[in-house]
Amino acid sequence: MRSRLFLWVPLALFAFFAGVAGYMLTQEKDEFVESTMIGQPLPDFALDPAFGGLPGAAKTDLIGSKPRLLNIWASWCTPCIAEAPQLEALQARGVEIVGIAIRDRPEDVANFLGRYGNPYSRIGSDRISEVQLAIGSSGVPETFVIDAKGVIRYQHIGDIRPEHVAVLLAELEKAR
Amino acid sequence: MIPEIGLAALWLAAALAVLQMVSGAFALKAAEGAVNPLAIYARPAAVVQAFLAVLAFLMLLWSFAITDLSIKLVASNSHSMKPLLYKLTGTWGNHEGSMLLWVGVLALSGGLLAGFEKRLPERTMGATLAVQGFVALGFYAFLLLSSNPFERLPVPAAEGTGLNPLLQDIGLAIHPPTLYAGYVGLSVAFSLAMGALLTNQVNPSFARVLRPWVLGAWVLLTFGITAGSYWAYYELGWGGWWFWDPVENASLMPWLAATALMHSVSVLAARDALRTWTIMLGVLAFSMSMLGTFLVRSGVLTSVHAFAVDPERGAFILGLLGLYIGGAFTIFALRAGAVAEGKRFAIASREGALVFNNVMLSAILAIVLLGTLYPLLTEVFDVRVSVGPPYFNPAGAIFAIPMLLVMAVGPLLRWKSDKPARLQFELALIASLVIGVIALVSFFGQFPLLPLLGLGLAAALAVAAFLPLRGRNLARVPVATWGMVLAHFGIAVSLFGMACEGAFSQERLAAVAPGGTEQIGDFAVTLESVTPVAGPNWTAIEARLAVSRDGGEPVILNPQARNFWSPPQSTSESALLTRWDGQLYAVIGNQAEDGRWQIRVWWKPFVTFIWYGGLLIALGGILAIAGRVKVDVKRRAAVTKGAERRADVEALDVASPVPAE
Repeated sequence: MRSRLFLWVPLALFAFFAGVAGYMLTQEKDEFVESTMIGQPLPDFALDPAFGGLPGAAKTDLIGSKPRLLNIWASWCTPCIAEAPQLEALQARGVEIVGIAIRDRPEDVANFLGRYGNPYSRIGSDRISEVQLAIGSSGVPETFVIDAKGVIRYQHIGDIRPEHVAVLLAELEKAR
Repeated sequence: MIPEIGLAALWLAAALAVLQMVSGAFALKAAEGAVNPLAIYARPAAVVQAFLAVLAFLMLLWSFAITDLSIKLVASNSHSMKPLLYKLTGTWGNHEGSMLLWVGVLALSGGLLAGFEKRLPERTMGATLAVQGFVALGFYAFLLLSSNPFERLPVPAAEGTGLNPLLQDIGLAIHPPTLYAGYVGLSVAFSLAMGALLTNQVNPSFARVLRPWVLGAWVLLTFGITAGSYWAYYELGWGGWWFWDPVENASLMPWLAATALMHSVSVLAARDALRTWTIMLGVLAFSMSMLGTFLVRSGVLTSVHAFAVDPERGAFILGLLGLYIGGAFTIFALRAGAVAEGKRFAIASREGALVFNNVMLSAILAIVLLGTLYPLLTEVFDVRVSVGPPYFNPAGAIFAIPMLLVMAVGPLLRWKSDKPARLQFELALIASLVIGVIALVSFFGQFPLLPLLGLGLAAALAVAAFLPLRGRNLARVPVATWGMVLAHFGIAVSLFGMACEGAFSQERLAAVAPGGTEQIGDFAVTLESVTPVAGPNWTAIEARLAVSRDGGEPVILNPQARNFWSPPQSTSESALLTRWDGQLYAVIGNQAEDGRWQIRVWWKPFVTFIWYGGLLIALGGILAIAGRVKVDVKRRAAVTKGAERRADVEALDVASPVPAE
């Protein structure tokens, strides 16, 4: 006699997936999750340029006269393509956006910016996600509002949809 | 009137699916060998249902052709100014239309199975048709209750609101219908697997019935994925040919399962081994098709293929998934234990190699599945992530490389048990090719690891693919064997293209003033002019690039940046220069403030081999089907002949006078 318990494994795996998917379908997509890093100053970091076209990014670049956006992204990330027009719209409204490219290659970064537009003032290359983790971001894309003193004021998880542009502009205003 | 006919046909087809299901189920109540009188309706119900579902699809196609703006779906997805071809392809470029196509193909394959398959025992056939009807019924319900494609508008619209311009392309005319036909062709494999499991008929003759369906669906999937990859390559203007996007993965996963199934079904047919495993894969392959549909249609994952997203529809499809996949796995768990164990075999044997490859394929499938579902899983904890090539490429390669190595050797092994020592020459040849090519290439420069391994493997596989023909009379090699040789060779060709693209691609991004020249590889690219042009429903900026190789006669390329006005959207139309040894890929970008234009040019050596390889693989599959069908027809003819002869002999016996004692 063969053990028949293993025959139930596919069903168990599927039931797990169905449970997760079903739970997800019932959930309102809630973008407003408070991160433990909110209200904290940025960690120290200084990243090399992600490609030849723009300077790299350091903590000091985010401290100055006005609040800025810090956008965590990657050229291999599909939602980042979806949010590209919204970043451009924010830039057109006078927002300075500093990018951090996660586990990326210079040529891929250049590809992406050539294809989907470049809203960034500078992009640092975070090859091992060290800054990403220090900031409290666990995925791409994520966008942070950093005030003039370098304190993290707001975290947006996931791609920026058109309806989020006004939210981010309001958060930037609040951080002033 | 036209849409009402379509809707009526759908309702009737749904009613026939109920009949098919119930009548098919009665076949199970018959004794072995006998036919239940209530079971005879299943076959005709399936055939008529196929006609009705196809009719419904044709009615929708017609509505799109004449741009009937009183239909909500046409008004929101078409436009009177669109070229006729794209009006037609627009039929399946949206949720409702593509689901109707899905259901149409499902019914058609059920009808073909019912109409032409006569080899299975009636009980198994009844159970199979019942399952097929049950699956179809769910999708009819989905169409009719939550995505009615024929819904009328209270007031006809004055003009349609267009179609996603990315989808206005000839690639869309062939790529989704082929994939759908492949996905849904697997539904027959699913139903047959369930039918055989329920009636305990998992044996070589069942495998022979299953095989052409698996091969057919697999060929269509191969072709659809190849076409889809090329479409994304030239239409997304990004120069990449595979993005590990959830929608691409949704087509890759059924292909991986079908590839494994295709091989295990051959083992079952030839050696009566791997019984339970074949059933499992039959269930898995179609489950992956349905899962893909769910992921694409429910919007639980973000993708560049952003279709209409509707959580209610997502819930409906999830319900169907639960019913079918959950149900199938439950039956599998309950009944698979009753399937007698198949024939045993040694590790070093043809079966052993096929099992190894099956396991590797399943591992790759698991990796793709995990990578695709991982963002969904993390989102439960309110963390949104995107999984990309840094995960898929190395994780997939870990299993793909041993799989490809065993693929080179497997076809040379004997069934049941073999001695590796017998293959000393072949093994040495394969190993030396891999090592030799890698050494040679790394001698000329620094290249990334995976493309380098890919080049070595491609060379070895290309040679190994033909080794099974060594020492055989080529005229007597079965057609199906040629199919295998060709498909395996196609893998080598495709791998060579991927590796070359990864290792040797050159790229140039430059701001060029009209008249300026840029050098890339052997090519001199001159920007002659940038002019505005207009199409039927778009305007564009078009660059005129004169491309000359080694100072030769220049060829003109015209990449465009297009703006569509309904809906407003811009796309980049790449221009390609194809040479036997690669492609030059040109895209025009934005204009800089100083009046120069961003021009982006890639030289991708042998990139076209990726898709040539895909076509070879599909062609190999077609040869395999042709070979199997030929053998089947011959066998059937021989059986008929034998039966006729017996009848003749009996007739003679009766006619001839009984010899006197």
